[in-house]
Amino acid sequence: MNARRRTWPQIAASEITPEHIYRSRRQFLRAAGASIGAGLLVACAPSDGSSAAPTPAADATSRLPYGVGTVDELGKAANSFEQITTYNNYYEFSTGKEEVHTLASGFKTEPWTVAVDGLVGKPQSFDIDDLRTMFDQEERVYRLRCVEGWSMVIPWQGFALSKLLKAVEPSAAAKFVRFESVSRPEEMPGQNDIFSFQWPYVEALRLDEAMNDLALVVTGLYGKPLPAQNGAPLRLALPWKYGFKSAKAIVKITLTAEQPATFWTTANAAEYGFYGNVNPDVDHPRWSQRSERRIGELSRQRTLMFNGYESSVAALYQGMDLAVNY
Amino acid sequence: MINISLKRFAWLVHPLALLPLALLAVDTALDNLSVNFIQDITERTGIPALVLLVLSIACTPLNTVFGWKWAVALRKPLGLYAFLYVCLHLLTFTALDYGLDWGAIATEVGEKRYILVGTAAFLLLVPLALTSNKAAMRRLGKNWKRLHLLVYAIVPLAVLHYLWLSKDPRPALLFGAATGVLLLLRLPVLRRAFSALRKPGASVDRQKTDTAM
Repeated sequence: MNARRRTWPQIAASEITPEHIYRSRRQFLRAAGASIGAGLLVACAPSDGSSAAPTPAADATSRLPYGVGTVDELGKAANSFEQITTYNNYYEFSTGKEEVHTLASGFKTEPWTVAVDGLVGKPQSFDIDDLRTMFDQEERVYRLRCVEGWSMVIPWQGFALSKLLKAVEPSAAAKFVRFESVSRPEEMPGQNDIFSFQWPYVEALRLDEAMNDLALVVTGLYGKPLPAQNGAPLRLALPWKYGFKSAKAIVKITLTAEQPATFWTTANAAEYGFYGNVNPDVDHPRWSQRSERRIGELSRQRTLMFNGYESSVAALYQGMDLAVNY
Repeated sequence: MINISLKRFAWLVHPLALLPLALLAVDTALDNLSVNFIQDITERTGIPALVLLVLSIACTPLNTVFGWKWAVALRKPLGLYAFLYVCLHLLTFTALDYGLDWGAIATEVGEKRYILVGTAAFLLLVPLALTSNKAAMRRLGKNWKRLHLLVYAIVPLAVLHYLWLSKDPRPALLFGAATGVLLLLRLPVLRRAFSALRKPGASVDRQKTDTAM
């Protein structure tokens, strides 16, 4: 375990957000986009498909003052606040990734309580404001790998899930943790789509996965309160798993003895397993899992086993056939 | 009467077919694409290709059902514009997305059924694009028409490509339904029925003289 990976020095919000870096990136994108557009119009192959890629990340990294938590432990620059907050999946609002930002703008995140119950010694209901102060808030720069083949680097704030679970004292019989997201069809248009899914969104972990240090309960992003479109007021960040495992807008956490049915295993068990671990060797019918497109970069990169967190989590799955338990 | 008035607008096929490409270029230059812009470009070349392909097989049924002979002449531009978008789509996939890493591309083609059927549709479309000229028609004679019947395999393959890559199947199913109806209207029994209904005494055979483009 590497402490650097998880915990960054506490710093003021104003220091965290290097706006000039977002701007330089957008300019890069625009320039790249314009040249691609021109390339398309004359129907010629852009020869810079792979060679131009390292520039934005490298530039951003080199300009960062030391200690500002906007690179991950591999040295990759965090994506901009704009990228992170305008492009993500949140099926409660839409299956489109660009629509979520707008559709979630009216979503009410206050007041909010999270019930923690099931096989625990001290079932409790937590007010969101208490949760923000009860546990030490940490800054963690995590890679997020979507099952759809794109990825980002995101500076989250939050606290270790293990701290919350320890506070309610799991009983010996507890083996799984079930996370239930909010059901509010009047504010979440995606939940009105009667042909699609069974709401509310449910995700789950094995208890030992949930107790792993990497598992983070997220309350903030880039030193700001978590925006509604990213799962406010409370979501998970499980960086070794595909993004869909990190439930958003959580209202209920239940410890169980049996493996819970989840949103995705119910909707399509052939494509989405219970574990959802990032694994370049387990294929998906629609999206490449061997490589990924880091948002803001031009060329693809190889997807890493457990999204690069192998040293922290591989022990959890020792002896398991990951091609079966995907 | 309606025949004449609509025929005057047939030239609109050119600006309308190029409109998605123009909008894509404008949005790219103005930085209006999403942060995952390669995905956007992939979609915004793929969807027009599919729309134009479906429209290209709508021409003959339009003649069958409404007697719009002028529509038959639109098959060539619609098919060629579709081919243009297909080429851009493929170029986006191979060059922009995969940086011409042919090993990785070959793996994806073999592994992903939607890429496999998409590639098949493209390969079948190439000979049609190459022979969409008078010289090829003359040279191929009767075989030209047989060759171009391939479009009835290409469009279903393209729809299947879209269906298999979509996380929400509904739009692809709409394209599939439209394609199904258009294929049904090719059935000789239906063609004769519509022909008789529209203009008693009119012969379906007359359409054959219009195939020259």
